Amino acid sequence: MLPANSDKVAGTNAEQRRAVANNPQATPAPSVIDVGPSVSTRRPAPPLDTSRTINLADEIAGRFPSAKIDYVRPRRVKVTVPPDKIKVVALYLRDVLGFDHLNVVGGTDYIQSKEFEVVYFVGSISKRGQEDLVIQLAERVERDESPKVPSLTEVWTAAEYHERETFDMLGIVFEGHPDLRRILLPEDWNDIPPLRKDYISPGR
Amino acid sequence: MSTAYEYSPDADRIMAVSLGPQHPGAGHFRIRLWLDGDYVVRADPDPGYVHRGEEKMSEYRNYIQNVPHLERPVILDSSGILFAYSLAVDQLMSNNIPPRGEYLRVIMAEFNRIISHEYYLGILALFSGHTTMITWCMGDRDLFIDLAARIGGARVTFAYVIPGGVRNDMPEGLHKQAFETFDWFDKRMDEYEKMFFRNPIWEERSKGVGVLTREDAIRLGATGTVLRASGVAHDIRKAEPYSVYPELDFSVASLKDGDTWARAYVALEEMRESLKILRQAFKNIPPGPVRLKLGPQPRVPAGEVYARTEAAHGEMSYFLVSDGSPKPYRLKIGVPSFKNMRVIPHLLKGVHIADIPLVYWGLNYWPVEADH
Repeated sequence: MLPANSDKVAGTNAEQRRAVANNPQATPAPSVIDVGPSVSTRRPAPPLDTSRTINLADEIAGRFPSAKIDYVRPRRVKVTVPPDKIKVVALYLRDVLGFDHLNVVGGTDYIQSKEFEVVYFVGSISKRGQEDLVIQLAERVERDESPKVPSLTEVWTAAEYHERETFDMLGIVFEGHPDLRRILLPEDWNDIPPLRKDYISPGR
Repeated sequence: MSTAYEYSPDADRIMAVSLGPQHPGAGHFRIRLWLDGDYVVRADPDPGYVHRGEEKMSEYRNYIQNVPHLERPVILDSSGILFAYSLAVDQLMSNNIPPRGEYLRVIMAEFNRIISHEYYLGILALFSGHTTMITWCMGDRDLFIDLAARIGGARVTFAYVIPGGVRNDMPEGLHKQAFETFDWFDKRMDEYEKMFFRNPIWEERSKGVGVLTREDAIRLGATGTVLRASGVAHDIRKAEPYSVYPELDFSVASLKDGDTWARAYVALEEMRESLKILRQAFKNIPPGPVRLKLGPQPRVPAGEVYARTEAAHGEMSYFLVSDGSPKPYRLKIGVPSFKNMRVIPHLLKGVHIADIPLVYWGLNYWPVEADH
């Protein structure tokens, strides 16, 4: 089983190579440096006001009544949705609003209110004019031994390792994850997940 | 552990091999490989060998004590990782950094970008058998380490960018040494291009290896040089301008090819842009104080913030939750190497075993950072 491009790797045109080596001027033209729209140095930076994020928050709140807008800031919107709705909202963010680039997944243990929070930080690349915005899609789940939330790996493939990390560090189980297992901790770790607030580091 | 291939009927045909964690070609990192002859059928990255629990450590220390240990995961790019942290704390405290402090942050961040890219190109060249390039890179890298050491006082871990500004002002008379280095390095990079990037043997070796399409790069959450080499001109310094980057004239390097050659070339172009930024920053740096006096134990108002910067390896982001106490309630570090890790199994599938180092080292991946 050879990969499709194997001939390309092996195919050496000796004559061409020699020609290039003998004449540095004949080197292939440098690949074009793609200067996309977000690149122009003369373009002023996007305004640092909340008008765009307010529109975005209104759109999400209008479409999903169960979504709660936690805060709207310049470039940031935080939305909390119930865990059973998160997949629909995520698909809407990705496909309709163009938030296609998952940055990171965070989890927090709110021990006093007995809740875990999982936050997906999603940026946008393909849709022009909103490269600077980040939507924080959050869900809250009751704090117990193994809280369960749906996995969003089908929406953003990039979530795969981030969800594994959150599972590892906080013990949150992502249902529907293709391969949920430890990622950073040793395989023989048999204490409670370390980023829970009731885990005390040795020596503290 | 997935055992799909280990006990399959093809067990005599498919061989499971561990690359690392002690292998010099893998760093502190293991990749489980399933091989069919000389080709990889499946790869599974296994990080965590250098996990230090930075996030848990942050919860036990106050905002200033957190500075030195947070830079440990990326000693190559210590200002890059601290820049994002300082930005997060500054945003939550509504700090107005003095302009000179902002310029010094940018200067150090760009020094670190060059230092890190030089290391990256050197190691990539080493593992593709180009011995001259690694000696050149490691030698030239030291010039920038010397410059950075005159500002930061140390050679690698400067702990220079701190909440409220930078630790100290730069010494008098650095301009002369700096501009001499820039002029020399400008010419040197043209030599890199002739000797390494346009070298027909290395071109043939690296072009078309580990091709990542634009769609896959976005879908898999790639950042940094990996993303930009796949045709996405996305750089946080432009997309979400922070600090004094809006005042500086530079552009974002991006190529459409998406292979190892393109990733390395984007790093070279980024060093050229960094020089452009450094020249302007050294010329325009205003006089004045370099930091705010926050005291040894600053109180950060309760709230949460998500800040991101473009570090050398890609997008560095911090999610900081404060409950008003002197210590962070939760500090989530989004490190670029962890984000790029999802690309490794995707790219390694189907490659020849001899191409593994080229693909893996081409990703600008730093295991210690990924493990944070």
